[in-house]
Amino acid sequence: MENVNFLYDLLGRNIISVVLVISLPLMFVLVYALVAILAELKVSAWIQERLGPMRTGPWGIMQPIAEVVKLIQKEDITPDKSSKLLYNLAPFIIFTGAYAAFAVIPFSEYFVPAGINLGLFYIFAVGSISAIGIVMGGWASNNKYSLMGAMRSVAQLISYEVPAAMAVLSIVVLASTMNMQEINKLQTGWFWNWFIFGGPGTLAKIWVIPFTLGLGLIYFISSLAETNRVPFDIPEGESELVAGFHTEYGGMKFAMFFFAEYANMFVVAAVLTTIFLGGWNSPFNTFMQGPFWGVFWFVSKAFSVVLVQIWIRWTLPRFRVDQLMYIGWKVLLPLSFICFMAISLFVMLK
Amino acid sequence: MDLITIAFYFFSALTIVFGAVVVFTKNIMHAAFSLLFAFFGIAGLYVLLSADFLAITQIMIYIGGILVLIIFGVMLTTRITGVDVKTGKIGKIQIGIAGLLTVLIAATLIMIFSTSKWYLADSKPLDSTVNEIGTALLTNYLLAFEAASMLLLIAIVGAAFIARKKH
Repeated sequence: MENVNFLYDLLGRNIISVVLVISLPLMFVLVYALVAILAELKVSAWIQERLGPMRTGPWGIMQPIAEVVKLIQKEDITPDKSSKLLYNLAPFIIFTGAYAAFAVIPFSEYFVPAGINLGLFYIFAVGSISAIGIVMGGWASNNKYSLMGAMRSVAQLISYEVPAAMAVLSIVVLASTMNMQEINKLQTGWFWNWFIFGGPGTLAKIWVIPFTLGLGLIYFISSLAETNRVPFDIPEGESELVAGFHTEYGGMKFAMFFFAEYANMFVVAAVLTTIFLGGWNSPFNTFMQGPFWGVFWFVSKAFSVVLVQIWIRWTLPRFRVDQLMYIGWKVLLPLSFICFMAISLFVMLK
Repeated sequence: MDLITIAFYFFSALTIVFGAVVVFTKNIMHAAFSLLFAFFGIAGLYVLLSADFLAITQIMIYIGGILVLIIFGVMLTTRITGVDVKTGKIGKIQIGIAGLLTVLIAATLIMIFSTSKWYLADSKPLDSTVNEIGTALLTNYLLAFEAASMLLLIAIVGAAFIARKKH
């Protein structure tokens, strides 16, 4: 069980390399968030037959930078009757929860910040820190809409965590490891070795393919709900709640929420990529396979998933609260249990 | 002092300071949010003890489950209804009894710490504890494991029964 980390190999295990390993994903998140914001603006424009931002830089590609500069300049407002300390702390807690998950995301064969054996379990555990941050922000704002938004958000998060966890658990049963790096290594080879297509193995795996495909879909739907994306964005339904839990936030604190949302989107996309789409493996056996290409494959796969999330946001309308609970508890949960039992049976018989 | 020792003191301080805030603050919401840091500190201490599975379970169960439920419960009752939930004043007799009990427990613990012989285990890095825990749960401790799952099932059924509307 060797976890190779190129920074430790180059610099040895000292304070500098540790700080570098910790901050490398942060650099990535900052750049990625800017790209994702631009993608959101542009994709929404193309879907609605508009041009989107065009004036800042060529084809408007500097727009996210302009927006960040604008948000930094804004006055830092704290509402008068709010709980000051918690109000100011909440954006940081949420971003901590989102960023903590990056500790176990395997970007490449040679780079995973912490290759612990419980990677997948860890991601689910730290996801709950964001939930606390949302409640903290919603409660501390002292605003009815914020509070309602926070409550909806957490109710949705804890409901959809269950089918998502079942989907991940099924793949853990199939792979018999929770180490994300090991799961990636199992899927090396052609794309039919990915766990969405039943994982590596003989032709007998044809029996689990329907279930793994279903689980991939279940995980994707649940991850949309966990990141509060459309069609599960009732926590910030503009027509009812202004902007949900971050109604009272402005300027840089609002930007923190924004960054956290995009970071969370990447985390769920990265989990989906790792456990279902082969992680840093090339889809075509040894073609463009390797540690450096691994980063390319991983980021492009994960970013494609993010693009699908954006695409869905500008295509589908929002669910009602009762529909949301119905889908979570009565459709996704039983289906994920069925898939889990089928896969367990397959692993036992194999 | 090496990094592990610094980390130990950091997590201990985090746990103790925020544990104290939980006990002494008047505002229940502040107490609930301080629990977050206290639980996190305990999870850090577990990591230092090479109990990685326990540490993550601590975060999962206590922060993700219990703490969210506590905050949810408190939030439904305060602010939105205009009633501020605060801890009430404590009487003199209660403080006296509590102080006495605290001193007794602390004295006992200190006595046990100072009199017992401590054996230090070899600090070899453990690979992972989850395999051993899984095997142990499904072999030696199967009865306890099944009993716990039955208890949880009964709790769920009971909760659903209580929550149902009475026709």
